[in-house]
Amino acid sequence: MADFDRELDASGLNCPLPILRAKKTLADMESGQVLHIIATDPGSVKDFEAFAKQTGNELMSSGEEGGKFTFMMKKS
Amino acid sequence: MTEKKLAIIATKGTLDWAYPPFILASTASALGYDTEIFFTFYGLQLLKKDLTLQVSPLGNPGMPMPMPVPVLLQALPGMQSMMTMMMKQKMKSKGVASVEELRELCVEAEVRLVACQMTVDLFEFDTKDFIDGIEYGGAATFFEFAGQSDICLYI
Repeated sequence: MADFDRELDASGLNCPLPILRAKKTLADMESGQVLHIIATDPGSVKDFEAFAKQTGNELMSSGEEGGKFTFMMKKS
Repeated sequence: MTEKKLAIIATKGTLDWAYPPFILASTASALGYDTEIFFTFYGLQLLKKDLTLQVSPLGNPGMPMPMPVPVLLQALPGMQSMMTMMMKQKMKSKGVASVEELRELCVEAEVRLVACQMTVDLFEFDTKDFIDGIEYGGAATFFEFAGQSDICLYI
């Protein structure tokens, strides 16, 4: 069972596209749902922290696997 | 969360300088900012339907070059379009959005795009060449929004 509601693959995209795509995807989701994001832009690690802090969406976890960065974000 | 405001003045009309206003405006919108960009002088080129923006290595010793090119050679015909082509290829290969794409994202996010009426008249631009949905105004129009902004940038 997947522990998220939606998935966004932002691999290969560079700043600010991963953030903009995440924002767009979150807009179609309901409060409390979880978005799983995959990115390859190393800058996205700090950017998703900042995005969460400023938008109120909760960054539940983030990690790195084989050059890919993953994030779990819960919509506020 | 109270809505913050970002006001940007875009004054430059080259491919490289087209990025900061559109990157910052689109990102600010995603973060919940109410955002306006005021385009003046060469910045008006960023509002054209058909963007023909170029980069020039001339007078820009900071531009990274694949190999050193003497300044006088940089002035040769065709160098500018070659540099522009190389820059666009590089951006594409690195997953950097095109200016058109970022501008479209700004429009979607309802970033207010204001063209400086005085420079439109000065350069005799045809407003039919500009994208739809932009406003026209002067310095006072800019300050109406900028005066209430939390961040104001001149680019």
